[in-house]
Amino acid sequence: MASISESQTQRGLFSLFRRDGKPMKPSTREAWYGYLLASPWIIGFIVFTVGPMLASLIIGMYRTDFLTETTFVGFKWYQNVLRDSLVRKALINTAIFSFTVVPINTALALLIAVMLNQGIRLQSFWRTVYYLPSVVSGVAVSLLWKWLYQPDIGLLNSILGPILRPYGIDPPRWIFSTEWALPSLIIMAFWGAGGAMLIYLAGLRGIPTSLYEAAEIDGASSFRRFFAVTLPLLTPTIFFNVVLNIIISWQVFTQALVMTRGGPNNATLTMVLHIYNTGFQNFYFGYASAQAWFLFVIVLIFVILALRSASSWVHYERV
Amino acid sequence: MATTVQTGAAVQQQAEQYGNSRVTELIYRVLLYGAVVMGGIVFAIPFYWMMRTSVMPTTQVYLFPPEWWPERFEWHHFKTPFAVFPFAKFFLNSTFIAAGSAIGAALSSSVVGFSFARLRFPLRDIMFVVVLATMILPEHVRLVPTYLLFVQLDWIGTYRPLIIPNWFAPAFYVFLMRQFFMTIPRELDDSAMIDGCNPIGLYWRIHMPLSLPALGVVIIFMVTSQWNDFLYPLIYIQGVPNYTVALGLRLFEGHMTNNMQALMAASILGVLPTIILFFFAQRYFVQGIVVSGVKG
Repeated sequence: MASISESQTQRGLFSLFRRDGKPMKPSTREAWYGYLLASPWIIGFIVFTVGPMLASLIIGMYRTDFLTETTFVGFKWYQNVLRDSLVRKALINTAIFSFTVVPINTALALLIAVMLNQGIRLQSFWRTVYYLPSVVSGVAVSLLWKWLYQPDIGLLNSILGPILRPYGIDPPRWIFSTEWALPSLIIMAFWGAGGAMLIYLAGLRGIPTSLYEAAEIDGASSFRRFFAVTLPLLTPTIFFNVVLNIIISWQVFTQALVMTRGGPNNATLTMVLHIYNTGFQNFYFGYASAQAWFLFVIVLIFVILALRSASSWVHYERV
Repeated sequence: MATTVQTGAAVQQQAEQYGNSRVTELIYRVLLYGAVVMGGIVFAIPFYWMMRTSVMPTTQVYLFPPEWWPERFEWHHFKTPFAVFPFAKFFLNSTFIAAGSAIGAALSSSVVGFSFARLRFPLRDIMFVVVLATMILPEHVRLVPTYLLFVQLDWIGTYRPLIIPNWFAPAFYVFLMRQFFMTIPRELDDSAMIDGCNPIGLYWRIHMPLSLPALGVVIIFMVTSQWNDFLYPLIYIQGVPNYTVALGLRLFEGHMTNNMQALMAASILGVLPTIILFFFAQRYFVQGIVVSGVKG
């Protein structure tokens, strides 16, 4: 993460006079300006982050639709979360999504970045080709993929069908089958690997060529150069991305709602979709809040695990 | 290759390997270009399929097996969305939300980023750690309580819940701006100080103008994310005329189950603004991603 310490000495930039005419300590004046200019964040943090998070804990203790009914139920919802089979289903689906998309997307993004970094011609053109899918997202992309996955006349099966049918295998029915619906959302997520690719590409460019030259003189093969020089120097970037992608992937929602509505048979019910259904469709806002906290704790655990693992694989020596 | 001083033995060894390695190099290049081109095709095909579908005649689009090239180009499918729903209004609504959010986010996060980068005050470093921590905070924890807050404020059915929270310096953009301000040389501060600038003047006259590229990054990221957003408009927007493009597309899908061309045409129109934005501001996109991802 970014360095937040400064080696600058305490040296007040701005001096001012107090009302009684004595000069105000420059540092005091600077501090007031500091709080003033930071206030948009401070206010936003209290009103839109800390406040809601605490409120969420409390709302989770009520049975409420925010209109007609508000009954205190204590920890009932929090206990329900652990027993509810739908929550469990949503949790498993989201976990499978996250644990497949994050590693595969990371590897895919790295692979593309390394390929494009081999002094390839028209590099910026290829970079755009790979990056563009991650610029577009949301409903339009979900509609597009729904069409690509169409089992009978969709693009995917029109390619897969002729390959698989000679072997007596029918191509999957993708988002319409319980086994393939979740993998469909996962495969679709690979299309967005370009975002991370762009970051890795920039990271690769930042590696000094002198290191490669040194490795070459030492007789390191290109394979070894990648694993001994490139990969270790890229680990801080990879780490930062993996953490962000864990959080983003646990919040998968739009595809699941637009493409499958969580179906068939809850095969693509994700945590955020379930929270949305519970709160904004069925108006159990208390239960939705409890589920949101449950999800928050789970994501937090995985983020902490990732942060803890950092010391064993992230190479922090700056060159 | 490297122009390094080599020992005689190494030069000789390299000369022996040279003939062999040239063949290896060639095979390697062929495989590399093959992989790049193949992967590029795979990544581009969905876009092609979208465009191909949008201009196909109805008799052709539902054929089995599917055909790759339209037998004739029918552009009128691009008019259908506008005929069925007020799509022009949806574009206007999305633009309003995106612009309102982006301007507020850019101004607030740059002011806050400046104070974190340049001014010294107690708890500053702790506050910045909190900024970093909120960056990795899952959004959905705030979903229900902020909804309750906006119910209390009577903001449901307006665009305020979608725009105004972004005026309070979103953490990611604060981080981005602060990283940018850290790169501006301190000597500039000193000369401004001698000219009698206070911190606000220093920000407004020196740092703000210098940070226009970073502000561009914030604006582009915010516009793209607001344009693509689905969950929040779904929760807060009421009434079809107030819909964003994302909501309109979903509504349109429900009515167009047998008109794939019109649906794909609408989807193309829906993603077009972000793609155009990307092509015009590619440099900023790349720069922003680099600042946020590599230096992070």
